[in-house]
Amino acid sequence: MENFNQIESDILNKIKTVSDRNSYEAIKTEIFGKKGIITELFKKIGSLDQDQKKEYASKLNFLKKKVTEILEKKLTDFDQSEINKKLKNEKIDVTLPGRTYFAGKIHPVSQVIDEVTSIFSEIGFSVEEGPDVENEYYNFSALNTPENHPARDMHDTFYLDRSKDLLLRTHTSPVQIRTMLKSKPPFKIIAPGRTYRHDSDQTHSPMFHQLEGLHIDKNINMGHLKGCLYYFVKKFFEVEKVKIRFRPSHFPFTEPSAEVDIGYRIQDGKIKIGEGDKWLEILGCGMVHPNVLKNARVNPKQYQGYAFGVGIDRLAMLKYGINDLRAFFESDIRWLEFYGFDPLDVPTNYRGLSR
Amino acid sequence: MITSLSWLKNHLSTKANLDQVAERLTKIGLEVENIKSSNYNLDNFIVCKIIKSRKHPNADKLKLCEVDVGSGNLIKVVCGAQNARDGLFGVYAPPGAVIPKTNMKLKVAKIRGIESYGMLCSGYELDESSDKEGIIELNKKEKNIGDKYFKNTGEKTMDIAITPNRPDCLGVRGIARDLVSSGLGQLKKQPPIKINQKFKSPIKVSIKKEKGQSCGIFGSVYIRNVQNKESPDWLKKRIISLGLKPISAIVDATNYVMFDLNRPLHAYDADKIDREIIVRNSKQGESFEALDNKKYTLQNNMCAISDKSGVLGLGGIIGGTRSSTEFSTKNILLESAYFFPTPIRKTSKILNIDTDAKYRFERGIDPDSIKLGLELGMCMILDMCGGEASKFSIVGKIKDERKIIDLEPETFSKVIGFSITSVEIKKILSSLGCSLRMIGKKMKVLPPTWRPDIKEDIDLIEELARIKGYDKVPLINPEKENIKDTLNYKQKLFHFAQRSVASRGYTEAITWSFTDSETDTLFSELKSEIKLSNPISSDLDVLRSSLYSNLIISAKKNIHRNFEDLMLFEIGPIFKGNKPGEQSTMIGAIKTGKYSRKNWIEKERNFDVFDIKNDALRTLNEVGIEGSKITVSNKTKKWYHPGRSGLLSLGSSRGPELAYFGEIHPSIIKNLDLRTDNVLGFEIFLDNIPESRKKIRETKPQFIVSDYQKVVRDFAFVIDEKYSSGEIISLVKNIDKELIKDVKIFDVYQGDNITSGKKSIAFNVTLEPKDKTLSEKDIDQVSKEIISIVQKTTGATLRS
Repeated sequence: MENFNQIESDILNKIKTVSDRNSYEAIKTEIFGKKGIITELFKKIGSLDQDQKKEYASKLNFLKKKVTEILEKKLTDFDQSEINKKLKNEKIDVTLPGRTYFAGKIHPVSQVIDEVTSIFSEIGFSVEEGPDVENEYYNFSALNTPENHPARDMHDTFYLDRSKDLLLRTHTSPVQIRTMLKSKPPFKIIAPGRTYRHDSDQTHSPMFHQLEGLHIDKNINMGHLKGCLYYFVKKFFEVEKVKIRFRPSHFPFTEPSAEVDIGYRIQDGKIKIGEGDKWLEILGCGMVHPNVLKNARVNPKQYQGYAFGVGIDRLAMLKYGINDLRAFFESDIRWLEFYGFDPLDVPTNYRGLSR
Repeated sequence: MITSLSWLKNHLSTKANLDQVAERLTKIGLEVENIKSSNYNLDNFIVCKIIKSRKHPNADKLKLCEVDVGSGNLIKVVCGAQNARDGLFGVYAPPGAVIPKTNMKLKVAKIRGIESYGMLCSGYELDESSDKEGIIELNKKEKNIGDKYFKNTGEKTMDIAITPNRPDCLGVRGIARDLVSSGLGQLKKQPPIKINQKFKSPIKVSIKKEKGQSCGIFGSVYIRNVQNKESPDWLKKRIISLGLKPISAIVDATNYVMFDLNRPLHAYDADKIDREIIVRNSKQGESFEALDNKKYTLQNNMCAISDKSGVLGLGGIIGGTRSSTEFSTKNILLESAYFFPTPIRKTSKILNIDTDAKYRFERGIDPDSIKLGLELGMCMILDMCGGEASKFSIVGKIKDERKIIDLEPETFSKVIGFSITSVEIKKILSSLGCSLRMIGKKMKVLPPTWRPDIKEDIDLIEELARIKGYDKVPLINPEKENIKDTLNYKQKLFHFAQRSVASRGYTEAITWSFTDSETDTLFSELKSEIKLSNPISSDLDVLRSSLYSNLIISAKKNIHRNFEDLMLFEIGPIFKGNKPGEQSTMIGAIKTGKYSRKNWIEKERNFDVFDIKNDALRTLNEVGIEGSKITVSNKTKKWYHPGRSGLLSLGSSRGPELAYFGEIHPSIIKNLDLRTDNVLGFEIFLDNIPESRKKIRETKPQFIVSDYQKVVRDFAFVIDEKYSSGEIISLVKNIDKELIKDVKIFDVYQGDNITSGKKSIAFNVTLEPKDKTLSEKDIDQVSKEIISIVQKTTGATLRS
């Protein structure tokens, strides 16, 4: 019988000489080709004695398997070294900047409108809107502010005609009237929107934004107003505790009327809402005046409720530490990008109002 | 309304200090806006004399003054006042002094090269008057030089915001009454008057009975043989604390009574009145010179206080110079009248006059205060100036407009949320001056004459609530129940679209609803612009009819600051007319400059029409309009480049307009000096986007995938250039809507080798069979059909 040990070591010595894919193919043929060493050895099986056959075949098969494995290993080694060689040459500077992309921003006023809408949505308010151009009736008379009422002085009005009937709304309150006239109580609405007053300085802008609130039902009293606004202020400023003061005031369309102040202090040059011993006026509110309900064809004997108005721009300034109101509308790209919000930051109850 | 604790104490006995009073006032609705202290040291403001004044060597408008301040040596002060001159007595503030008006601390400063040691003050700087012109001129003598200018400084004043419904609190007594009602002290009784008034006023007064007569009552007293003079210090101080200028004892007394009792008075030099006083309606063209030294020409039916020679003054608004009192005045007529609010307001609006008297009359003066005002005014004048007073003459009468109000205590708790006893109601309302009567459980309440704002039960409820305190109102937590959806379709669309555009990389701007008419017309199809009658400035004179007007103006400002690659958008109203509702909601977006600039990885390129078209299209897709429903056509508007802009419409090119997009017209860019040649934009008509009747989940077909291989085949044609790519795509797609999944243009070419007037267009067609794998034969058949239909329809030839 052949000396398989000798044959194996001969073959392995041959394989050792393989240095590239060409010599690999040549050696492979020399071993497994038609006249290859192993092929020849297989051919011999037929001529062997029965008693030798079994042992011979077993040894030969073992040899074949071993050689095959060694050859395959050789092949993957080639692949690996080729990849390694490639990797060596394929180094890039990943600190180089990538391709152009654009990131837009949402204006802080829009963001705050969405925040406020989310808060009031939680307690059952829906959103209503009204036109920016109003007539005298909806903006003043229907709101219990007749012509020549001194309260009109507080509204420096933009007019669109000589007879002063058409004007730019000075507040969002006309939406109260329009909402009540087009439907039936109960009403539980907020109305954000643009408002206009003929005034321009550090703290006044000829255009600004207000949010109107109106809740009319049977048995709605001033306690509900208080509860609603406490809820709102706490949620909006995202604080656990908040100091709020309701202070008697006067608006022709509500009675009793109140202005709402929140406590604050200045810490490290930044405003801290909800604590401290200073007061900041943030909104006006009150129980809707019976005359307003009458003008909106709601029976004041059956229904009553509250209304409030907040300056949206002012809320944004307080929450996000913005100083100058006029900058809101100047469209300086640096300001818009600095104070703007990512469009994916949609204020929601479950994900939080702000990041 | 300004007052001080000592003045309040004329009417109020209380042990409360200023802070307690201020806190209480705010709590009951008389908001103390600020407490002004005279904390800064006013002792160093000194009476001085300008010894010599000459022109500043380096400035034409400045003077260099040598000033005697009583210290022995003259001090050099640079002064800008016109009236600075030799011999003038003025007020000197040394370095270190804090100027009351500005709170600025003075330092030794070099002004145009010359050191100035302190300054000479104007009345404005000392917060004594609104007069900014010139420095104070004092009527002093040499011996006063070096005296302190301010005497007995130090009392703090409160500035109280009085709401328009509370005219009674425009007088110190009214404020005191509110404090008493809230439990802070007792109201003092007015001391009784004991003056011997023996003779009848020689000046006859009549109120002419005519339509629109705005004077109801005219009360007067004649005081003879007075000696007018400067007011005593205590009165001057109070007048100054109100922000007014002391004038003379007579005038100061009338002002004092106005602020003390909310009772305007007016003093005439009786000798200047031509025989009698006639209160009548003015006639168009009549004129008079008022105490503000302006001449006013009146229209018909204004309230003229006149004599035989003409108009003396405007009743309730302002007196005239012709009958004004002077230091030399011997005999006066003191007026205490009632004028109706509405005509006062109308007249003062027309003539643009604002006075303290007008402010009070238009809000409603107590008609019962005529006599009280005459008494106090007369006493003060007799005290200070001597003389003898006539009997009062009170002409005219007005109807008592007050009504008895029914009040039920339950109404209070129903509105306010907590209950109040009848005893409390009685106590509060009577302390405010109401008369009450109980009839069963109901109360009959008659408000006092000084409260024209109390007309119905809700007014009384407000009084009770504010005096009880809003802190007593219970806090009722809100219910978390929705009657209807928070947002309707349009509002949801707005919200989606806004964030969709921002996520494309556009930054949201919010700009004025008004704009510059010259810019707006470039982007407008309106026949006439929507003008504001009273614009805030001449370049914000119309309501915008396009979002582009302000966006372009904003872009220009940014570009001029070298931010030239911009993406800005706005979502909001544009206006089509000047009536309510003539507006629509749009998105306007602009891109300027380059997509990418000098860059190691990308080629530098401008933003182009296909960027902007994509942005508009993607936004429409994101708000729910399928791409297949949008038709692109080359319809355009005058503000776009005619060859590089288009329309996206719903369904066909004649369907509802969804958006315009394209390059802004080069002549507009030039005209507006944008300093860039590349401005693109899109406008989306949100109001034209229809609400889908079904939810997306309802409109989706079943999910079916084909197991068979898709096939892609390329085609190239030479075709007349008039055919748009869009037409070819839809032509091919319509050949077999089931099988042809997509048609993609991959090359468009005009130039060498192509006949002029024609273009080469190459596209690939994706076939996605549903029921079998396509054989070569099947594919050939579809290809042939595509070729033949394109050729037949357009006359194109296949490009080899």
